[in-house]
Amino acid sequence: MALDHDTKRDFKIIGTRPLRPDGIDKVTGRAQYGADQSAAGMLVAKMLRSPHAHAKILSIDTKAAEALSGVKAIITAADFGDMRKGEAMNVRDHIMARDRALYDGHGVAAVAAINEATAKAALALIKVEYEILPHVTEIADAMRPDAPVVNAGFVQENAPKGYSENVVSAHEFGHGDLAAGFAKADKIISRTLKTAATHQGYIEPHACLASMGPDGRGELWCCTQGQFYIRTLCAEILGIEESQLRVTASEIGGGFGGKTTAFIEPVALVLSRKAGHPVKMVMDREEVFKASGPTVSSEIDVKIGMTKDGRITAGQAELRYQGGAFPNMTNWLGAQCAFAAYDLEAVNAIGINILTNRPKQAAYRAPGAPMAIYAIEAVVDELCEELDLDPLDVRLKNAARKGTKSSYGPTFDEIGLVATLEAAKIHPHYAAPLGPNQARGLSCGFWFNFGGNTSVSLGINFDGTVGITEGNPDIGGSRASISMMAAEELGIPYDKVRTIVADTNSIGHNDVTDGSRVTFAVGLATIKAARAAIKEMCKRAAKMWGIDEDAVIWEDGYAKPAGQNAGEFEPLSLAKIARKSANTGGPIAGHHEVNADGAGVSFGVHLVDVEVDPETGFTKVLRYTVFQDAGKAIHPDYVEGQMQGGAVQGIGWALNEEYIYGADGKLQNAGFLDYRIPVASDLPKIDTVILEIPNPGHPYGVRGVGETSIVPPLAAISNAVSRAIGVRMDQLPMSPPRVLKAIKGAKG
Amino acid sequence: MQYAAPETTAEATRLLADSPGTARVLAGGTDLLVQMKFGGLAPDLLVDIKNIKGMRDVTPEDGGFRVGAAVSGAEMGEHKAMRALWPGVVEAVELIGSTQVQGRATMAGNLCNASPAADSVPAMVAANAIARIAGPDGERDCPVQDIPTAPGKTSLQKGEFITSIFFPARPDNASDAYLRFIPRTEMDIAVCSAGVSLTLDTNGTCTDARVSLGAVAATVLLVQDAANALIGSKLDDSALEALGAACSAACNPIDDKRGTIEFRRDVTAVLAKRAAKIAQSRAGERS
Amino acid sequence: MKKLHINTSINGNSAEFLCDPDATLLSVLRDQLNLTGAKEGCGSGDCGACSVTVNGRLVASCLVLAAEVEGAEITTIEGMAEGEVLHPLQKKFLEHAALQCGVCTPGILVAAKALLEKNPDPSETEVRFWLAGNLCRCTGYDKIINAVMDAAAEMRGA
Ligand SMILES: Cc1cc2nc3c(=O)[nH]c(=O)nc-3n(C[C@H](O)[C@H](O)[C@H](O)COP(=O)(O)OP(=O)(O)OC[C@H]3O[C@@H](n4cnc5c(N)ncnc54)[C@H](O)[C@@H]3O)c2cc1C
Ligand code: FES
Ligand code: FES
Repeated sequence: MALDHDTKRDFKIIGTRPLRPDGIDKVTGRAQYGADQSAAGMLVAKMLRSPHAHAKILSIDTKAAEALSGVKAIITAADFGDMRKGEAMNVRDHIMARDRALYDGHGVAAVAAINEATAKAALALIKVEYEILPHVTEIADAMRPDAPVVNAGFVQENAPKGYSENVVSAHEFGHGDLAAGFAKADKIISRTLKTAATHQGYIEPHACLASMGPDGRGELWCCTQGQFYIRTLCAEILGIEESQLRVTASEIGGGFGGKTTAFIEPVALVLSRKAGHPVKMVMDREEVFKASGPTVSSEIDVKIGMTKDGRITAGQAELRYQGGAFPNMTNWLGAQCAFAAYDLEAVNAIGINILTNRPKQAAYRAPGAPMAIYAIEAVVDELCEELDLDPLDVRLKNAARKGTKSSYGPTFDEIGLVATLEAAKIHPHYAAPLGPNQARGLSCGFWFNFGGNTSVSLGINFDGTVGITEGNPDIGGSRASISMMAAEELGIPYDKVRTIVADTNSIGHNDVTDGSRVTFAVGLATIKAARAAIKEMCKRAAKMWGIDEDAVIWEDGYAKPAGQNAGEFEPLSLAKIARKSANTGGPIAGHHEVNADGAGVSFGVHLVDVEVDPETGFTKVLRYTVFQDAGKAIHPDYVEGQMQGGAVQGIGWALNEEYIYGADGKLQNAGFLDYRIPVASDLPKIDTVILEIPNPGHPYGVRGVGETSIVPPLAAISNAVSRAIGVRMDQLPMSPPRVLKAIKGAKG
Repeated sequence: MQYAAPETTAEATRLLADSPGTARVLAGGTDLLVQMKFGGLAPDLLVDIKNIKGMRDVTPEDGGFRVGAAVSGAEMGEHKAMRALWPGVVEAVELIGSTQVQGRATMAGNLCNASPAADSVPAMVAANAIARIAGPDGERDCPVQDIPTAPGKTSLQKGEFITSIFFPARPDNASDAYLRFIPRTEMDIAVCSAGVSLTLDTNGTCTDARVSLGAVAATVLLVQDAANALIGSKLDDSALEALGAACSAACNPIDDKRGTIEFRRDVTAVLAKRAAKIAQSRAGERS
Repeated sequence: MKKLHINTSINGNSAEFLCDPDATLLSVLRDQLNLTGAKEGCGSGDCGACSVTVNGRLVASCLVLAAEVEGAEITTIEGMAEGEVLHPLQKKFLEHAALQCGVCTPGILVAAKALLEKNPDPSETEVRFWLAGNLCRCTGYDKIINAVMDAAAEMRGA
C-alpha cells in the first residue's frame, strides 16, 4: 500500500469527545456479553479437568455419567478432528488432552446436560485413570538436559543445543560489533532479571453459545477479540468448511490479547452437534486462571555498556520465555522489542522459547515486550545510578529517532520517542520534590502496532444517515472512533453515523482485534470506504446537474461544482444526494478491503513516584504520569483510557500479580483473592500526556495506542523501588516479602 | 441440599442436631458460599440464622455490648457506641473484604470459619470477648480464643452455634487497635496481623494488656510475653522492642503463597508495635 | 432437590420464583429472571460485577442464596434509570468515558449509587475504598473515580 502522505490536519470531529454509541446499553445493563445469551432448549456444558500437572491418561470411563438422567452428550479428545499440525492442532490439544494431561487444569472430557447441576454431577461420575508423570513448571528446570519432556516434537532447527527437548526455538536480532562496543564502555553491567507469568485478568470469563446441526452447519455466539479467527480455528478443529459456521461476537468484557484464541468454543460446538441442542458453556474464574492463556514468565540476561557521559556502546540480551506446554512466538517478539528504544551501534538479542507444564500462553498486550524492556530499562537505570547521570538525559542521548536502524532491523520513519522524553523532562512531575523513603522511576516503552487484513462496508441510507459494518470486536470504544472517522471524512455530524460489529457472514474477513490494529486499520479502511462513497456521491451529483463527474468535488458534506467552469449549482448535501439515489442509480455505498501495512510504531515514557515502607516492604504508588505518542488521538478519552488501563495493568505486574505454582505443579492462586490485580484504593490518579506525531502510514496519522502503555510500568516501578530502598531489584513481582528481604539483605 | 430459616434458637439447634448429614450454619455466607462453589463443600443442610430474633442486634449489657451472631460488618461499623468502646474490634471487622462483603459478613462467621488469618479474631481475642453458644443442652459461654482449634475446625459440638459475642466494659483510659499486613490496600487476606488491647493508669503507664497475633500459627495466638513487655511501661522504645521480640518469638508461621516465614516473623513485630502505639494514643484520648 | 418458592421485590416490582435451595441470587437473576445486567466475574465475591442491593445493603449477589431473599427488596442495574431518564451516575459514566469494555460497569454503578445514598459528599479516597471490591481491568479506575465525584457533585447541587 502506498503511504498516504496527505495527512489531514484540520479536523472537525477527530479529537473531540462524543459519547460512545454502545454507552447507554452498557450503563443500563442491556449490553449482551458472552454469557448473556440463551436459546430455547439450551443445554449447559462443563469440563472435567486434570488435577495433575503432567499425567498419562490411561483410561476415561464415561459410562456412569452417560447413564445419569439429563446428560445429553459427553466428549473427549477423540471427538475432535485428527489434524496433525499447525496452530489449530495446538489450540485443540491445549483445550483437551489427547493421551497426556500437560498442565493442572487441562481439559479431559466435557459434558452437556439439561442444567449446570446435572452437568457437574456427571463430571463427578467420569472415571479417569492417570499415571502421574514428572512435571516441570519453571524455566531453568525445564531447560536441563535431563528435564522431563513436556511435549515432544516441537524443536526447531534454530533451537540452542545442549538443553532438553523443552527448548524449542530461538530467534536472534541485532547488528554491529558487540566486542568493540563493550570495549568502548566505561561501565558494563550484566544482570539476570526475572518476571512471573501474569494473566490478562479480563473481568468477563470466556463464554459461548453454540448450536450445530447434524449437517455440520453451525452458529456460534461468543466473547472473542476475533470472530473470524475463532471461525477458522473451530472449522479446522471440527473438520468443517468455514462457510458452515457463522460466528457472532458478543460485547466483550475485556480481552487484552487473552481472547484472541479459542478455549471452549470448539468443545461447545462438538457437544451441540452430538446432543442436537444448543449448548452454552461458560468458564468459571478458576478455569479462566488455570486453562486460558496467561502470559509468559521470563528469565533475561542483560549486558549493557555505557560511557561516562551516558552513551550506550553496546547492548546484549538473552531472553528465556516459557509459555506453557506448546510453542509460541513471544520470544521472537520480545527479542525484537528489547532494545527498540535505543539507537545503538552494537546490539544483539536472542529470544528462546521453553515448554513447561503450564497452560499455553496467549497474547497479553504487547506480548513479549514488557518483560524484555523491563530487563533492559532496569539495567540502563542502574548504569545511570552508578555513573551518576540523569536517567532522562541518558534516554534522550540514546533515543531511537527517524533514520535510526532499529535493533530489530527496519529503519524508523517518523517516531515519537524523543518528543515523549522531552515532554516528560519539562513536566512538573519530573521536578517534584520527594520525601523520605520515596523515589522516582522512569522507563521507555515500545510496541510495533499491527495492520493486517481488514474489510469495512459503509452504506449511505436514503435518509442521509450512514451505517458502517466492520468485523472487529469493540474492546474500548472503537465503534465511536470509527464513526468519528467516517463522519469526518464525509463531512456529516457524528450522530448521523452508526457502526456495528458484524458476524462472519456479514462482512469480508477481518483479522483479530490485536496488535492495537483496529483504530489504525479499520479506521483506514473506513476512510477509504467513505472516500469510495464520496466518489459515487460526486458522480450522482454530476448526474443530477448534468455535468462531468470530474467537475464535482466534495467539501464538508456537500457535493460542489469544482470551479466556475463547472457551472453554477447549489451544493448538494449528502442527505439530498441520498434521498435522490434511488433515481440516480440506486443505493450508494462504499467499501474497502485491505491488508493494511504502514502501522506506525509507538513509544511511551512513564514516570512514577513510589514510597516503600522500610519495615514491611510495602510499595505505595504516589504519583503516575504516562506520556505516549498516539499519532493522532481520534477520541482522546479512549486514548487516555488505554494509557491509564495499560499503566495500571503494568503496576499490577510490577508489584503483585503472579502465577504461583506449588512443588506439585499445581496453580495455587486461581482466583482474584490471591491473584492480585490492582483495586481502586491501591492507585493514585494516572495522569496522561498525549503526544501526536502523525503516522505517515495513516490518512489521519493514527498509530495504535492500546499496547505500548503496559510496557514501561514494570521497569519504571522497579527503578523507583530500587532507588527508594537503595538496592537493585531484579525480579517481578516486587511483592512485599521480596522487597523486605532485599532491604534486610542490604543492611547485612 | 436443604435450606432452613428457623425463627428461634431452639429450632435452629434442633435442626442442626438432628441433621444426619453435614449441617452448616449460614450467617453472611461469604465463606460458606465460596467454599460451596470452589472448595468442594456440599452441605446437606444450611440453617440460616438471620431470621432468629435478636441475632441482628447490638445490645448494651453491663457497660459492654452483646453483638448478635448475624450482625454484619456494615452494621457494626455504623454502631458508634461500640466503636467508641472497642475501636480495634470494629476496625478489624471493617477490614473484612469489600463493601459488598461487609454487607453480609459476620464476626461469628469469621470466628467459626476458623481461618488463622481471620481479621476480627485477633481483635476479639485481645478484647477477651466471650462467645455465647446455644446447643441441644442449652446455653454456655466460651472465650473466643477457645473456639477455633485448628484451621477450619472449632470446639463447637454438633447442634451448637454461636448466638452472640459479648464485649465487656472497660475503664476510660483503655483502648485497642488492630493492624494487618496485606500486599494491596484492600481485598486481601492477612499475611500476618496483630491486635493489642491495653489499659493505662493516670500516668500513662500500661497496667494491663492483651496482645494477639493472626496468620502466624494454626490458630490466633494470645501472647502473654508480649503483654508483659507492655505492662509496667509507658510504651517507650525498649518496651516496644521487647514487644516486637516477644511477638516474633511466639510466631510459628508457614511459608505459603501469601508470605514467607521470615516475612511473617518480621512484620508481625512491626504491626504489634504500631498497633500498641495506636491503642496507646486512643486510650489517652479516652482518659 | 426440592425447589423453594420465593416472593420478593425486584426494582420495585414484586417477583416470584422457584429456585433450588443452593441457587445463588445471581444465578436466579440472570438465568431465570433474564436480568443479565449483573455479571458473574468470579462467583466468589472478589470482583463486584454481580453487585445488587438487598434491603438497601450493597451485596455481591453471587454470595447470596436466592432462598435468603424471601420478602426482601432487591435493586439491580436494570432499575437504575427511570424510563428514559438516566441516573446522574449513568450519565456521568458516559460523559467521562468511565467504561471501556463495560462489563464491570453495572456493578460499579450499583455500588456507587449505594455510596452516594449513604454519603453524598465522599472524598476521592472514600470513593476508591468503597469501590475496592469492584474490579475493573480496563480503565485503571481514573475516569470511574472522576465520574463518581462529578455525579456526587451534581446530585448535591440538584
Ligand atoms: C471477597 C472476600 C474477601 C474476604 N476478605 C476477608 C478479609 O479481609 N478478612 C477476613 O477475615 N475474612 C475475609 N473473607 C472471609 C469472610 O468474609 C469472613 O470470614 C466473614 O467474616 C465470614 O462471615 P459470614 O457471616 O459470611 O460467614 P458464613 O460464610 O456464613 O460462615 C462461615 C463459617 O462459619 C459457620 N458459622 C457462621 N456463623 C456461625 C455461628 N453463629 N455459629 C456457628 N457457626 C457459624 C458457618 O457454618 C461456616 O462454616 C473474605 C471473603 C470474601 C468472599
Ligand atoms: S461475581 Fe460476585 S463478586 Fe464476582
Ligand atoms: S471497563 Fe472493562 S472491566 Fe471495567
